[in-house]
Amino acid sequence: MTAVADSPGAAAPSLAGAAGRWMGQSVPRKEDPRLLAGRGRYLDDIVVPGMLHAAFVRSDVARGRIVRVDTEAATALPGVRAVFTAADLNPLVHETWWSMAGKDAVYAPNFCLAEGDVRFVGDPVAIVLADSRYVAEDGVDLVELEVEADDPVLDVDAARSEGATLVHPELASNVASAIPKADVPGLQETFDSAATVVSETFVQHRYLPVPMETRGLLAQWDPFTEELDLWAATQSAHELRAFFSRLLGIPESRVRVRTPDVGGGFGQKVFALRDEWAVVLASKLLGTPVKFVEDRRENLIAASSARDDRMSMDVAVDPDGKFLAFRAELVENVGAYPFAGSGSAAALVGMCLPGPYTVPAIGFSGDAVFTNTTGRAPYRGPFLMETVVPEQIVDVVARRIGMDPLELRRRNVIQSSQLPYQLPTGLVYTGVTPAETLEQAAELIDYEGFRARQAAARADGRYLGIGISLCVEPSAIAFGALSTEGAVLKMEGTGTFNLVLGSSSTGMSVETTMRQVAAEYLGCHIDQITVTQGDTATTPYGAGTQGSRSAVLYGNVTREVSLEVRDKILRIAAHMLEASPDDLDIADGQVAVKGVPQAAVTFEQVATMAYQGTAMLPPDLRAGVEAVTRFTAPMMTFVNACHICTVEVDPDTGQVQMLRYVVSEDCGQMINPKVVEGQVAGGVVQGIGGVLYESFVYDEVGNPLTGSFVDYLLPTAAEVPDIEYGHVESGTSNALNVKGVGEGGAVASPPAVFNAVADALAPLGVELRGTPLGPRQILDALAAAGH
Amino acid sequence: MSVSMTVNGRERTAVVEPRKTLADFLRQDCALTGTHLGCEHGVCGACTVLVDGQAVRSCLVFAVQGEGHEVTTVEGLTGPDGALTPVQEAFRAEHGLQCGFCTPGFVVSATALLAENPRPTDDEIREGLSGNLCRCTGYQGIVNAVRRACGRADANYSGSMEVPA
Repeated sequence: MTAVADSPGAAAPSLAGAAGRWMGQSVPRKEDPRLLAGRGRYLDDIVVPGMLHAAFVRSDVARGRIVRVDTEAATALPGVRAVFTAADLNPLVHETWWSMAGKDAVYAPNFCLAEGDVRFVGDPVAIVLADSRYVAEDGVDLVELEVEADDPVLDVDAARSEGATLVHPELASNVASAIPKADVPGLQETFDSAATVVSETFVQHRYLPVPMETRGLLAQWDPFTEELDLWAATQSAHELRAFFSRLLGIPESRVRVRTPDVGGGFGQKVFALRDEWAVVLASKLLGTPVKFVEDRRENLIAASSARDDRMSMDVAVDPDGKFLAFRAELVENVGAYPFAGSGSAAALVGMCLPGPYTVPAIGFSGDAVFTNTTGRAPYRGPFLMETVVPEQIVDVVARRIGMDPLELRRRNVIQSSQLPYQLPTGLVYTGVTPAETLEQAAELIDYEGFRARQAAARADGRYLGIGISLCVEPSAIAFGALSTEGAVLKMEGTGTFNLVLGSSSTGMSVETTMRQVAAEYLGCHIDQITVTQGDTATTPYGAGTQGSRSAVLYGNVTREVSLEVRDKILRIAAHMLEASPDDLDIADGQVAVKGVPQAAVTFEQVATMAYQGTAMLPPDLRAGVEAVTRFTAPMMTFVNACHICTVEVDPDTGQVQMLRYVVSEDCGQMINPKVVEGQVAGGVVQGIGGVLYESFVYDEVGNPLTGSFVDYLLPTAAEVPDIEYGHVESGTSNALNVKGVGEGGAVASPPAVFNAVADALAPLGVELRGTPLGPRQILDALAAAGH
Repeated sequence: MSVSMTVNGRERTAVVEPRKTLADFLRQDCALTGTHLGCEHGVCGACTVLVDGQAVRSCLVFAVQGEGHEVTTVEGLTGPDGALTPVQEAFRAEHGLQCGFCTPGFVVSATALLAENPRPTDDEIREGLSGNLCRCTGYQGIVNAVRRACGRADANYSGSMEVPA
């Protein structure tokens, strides 16, 4: 954007490293009062006249042929308006590709409802539309579904073997996508000649996003205008709009998507799943509004899966403990109907494998594999295997060569003096501080002191452990449909402002933080700014709130649009004050001549001149104070953190008690420190939960065993410690000097917890090969070690 | 069946199916949508309301069981002028909410906890809130909010949220 560079006015506010009047302040959230008072409005709170409620008949068999679907009794039930199956809805499907993945990616077949056969437990077979959710569920009970069960494909290795049964017979293979082994010159020689080579295979089990509000949407097809008006609990209103225009085969301009308050998403609510397509198509067929809010069982078993991958990794180490090469092979279980193509995160895992370390050579390959299980959706840091496995194997290396894991990391971590640092994968790091966060976290947790206490405790027969996880990860991933964000900023007639963004906040405090950015660069109070988001009819195209991109994308576009508006305010004020724009200062919603505070005009006076006193404006100044701009981010903005936690493991019960948890992170200039810490904490506890409590389990025929919160255990306030934070605020390449912090907490925490448990049990000869680490798994590992 | 109860100080009467839950009665018949449904099987606590002053999961109670009782929902805690209660103010100051979906349940549970035990220890706070699930905050801001609401000085590590002067 050139307007800033050309600014004739007072210098733009500079915030190099320091907090501003609004930037860097823990401002209370604009969102909070109504949410605290129960006056939020979520999807299920929206009621429109004539609205029908949807409920789904789903397969309770992982793989099998549909012999019969009898909807007669259900259709006859008073209050049921219609029951649709594949025969009704599937022919209405046009195109079903996502902007993020593109039209040409490999997609699972686009059956809206199961057609001919079922492919996972939870596969939607029929949709029942009724006057209330109660009656819709009665209707579901009356649909007779007969399925001839067949052996499901559950194991990723069997699925990849010659002659394996195909999850999707329409496709040639169960491999949804693959990154083949590349012949990296010299790599094998490095392993052959290394002093030490450590090889391990780690399993990351299946655990889920579990937003507290389940998925939901309210589709209103207007048969007269042939327009779709959709309320959706989504993270990406614009992506959904594009998708549903393709599904229906109508121009995007005839689809409007609005997001109410959304009760968390964590990646699960970026894309619409097949049952959501059915809701839209049912509304079209019936010409009535249709609402669907999934229940918790559906959310757990049928919405989407996450994690569930396995990586084998080799590390070559020299006699001083310096890493010479990493080589890894990833296998991802992406289920039957994964998100946006193959659902694979392997490309990012491979690119980012070296993480915070200087590793001269890298080899990587990966397979994403279809199975007869729930399809994968993104979940906070979907590429986290790039951190999980390397961080876990670093501790194995440390034990193998008899070096403390902190010391081993110190010897290999990238130093600030080495920046910009090019990874062997081609990526270039600038503005990262892994060494600084490692030292800050070690100091915060009193690493040496803990080691002494740990030794004393071991002498008493108690097993304490400490785990480090050091992480450099890509934030604000910005390619293709994700690469830009737009903003509109309008000064209103009374001198207040309306900032319009393409975001769809699901709890990320976008309304508050973007007001802070705008107020900082406009020079007014945050109360003078309102934010409009989550409505495709009024907001510029944007990819929404996902991929740790809000601070970088929305923050920078807000800064740019604010500077454009500031520039126009200065020009008008200069005319009013008969001064040069260079001689003006803006503060607290007032423009004054430098050193002459009584020669001032308020924003309200500027607005009056801009919109009503236009006859008095000079010819080179147009009426109004409004700006539209668009920011394009670099493909990745790297962000880093170090997590260190301590645990005590009870070898008799297998119980793990979290003792302390420290995070040192560098997300650049913090817009709102409390919000940053809130993002970190939420991610950390999802990681603690993932390793210690949460596990989605299937039996041997693909039947889910964890379909309620009684079986799928989320951590509560009683399980988590106080999290302690350290902040490093280093520079970045964007003008706002920010990096995305939404996902890092969930990326770095699993290996920190894993390493702490492994450290606690190492004296007992226990070797852990993956997660989960519930009491059962820990007792099994102890037994395997002869205890 | 006809059912009558006092909800947030107001008499409410409706004809409901016997199977209708108290949560759905509050949301649909009383238009009090602050009570949220996160699991409908009594674990997540998002639907917590006060029945005669006691915290109750309204998804596990039928509306007809509310007959003659006094129910307070999250909407009933706040004054008519929108003034937040000290518990709600503490949640705001400590960033005890992000997406806000679980928040009404936590606010009601914390209100009940502090009514019963005005000076809880950390363990009592964590135990007292363990019937409510939150997926955004990692419980940090929530525990700090309860510490703050009962006047404890150790409420937070890096300063509460305040508008710069």
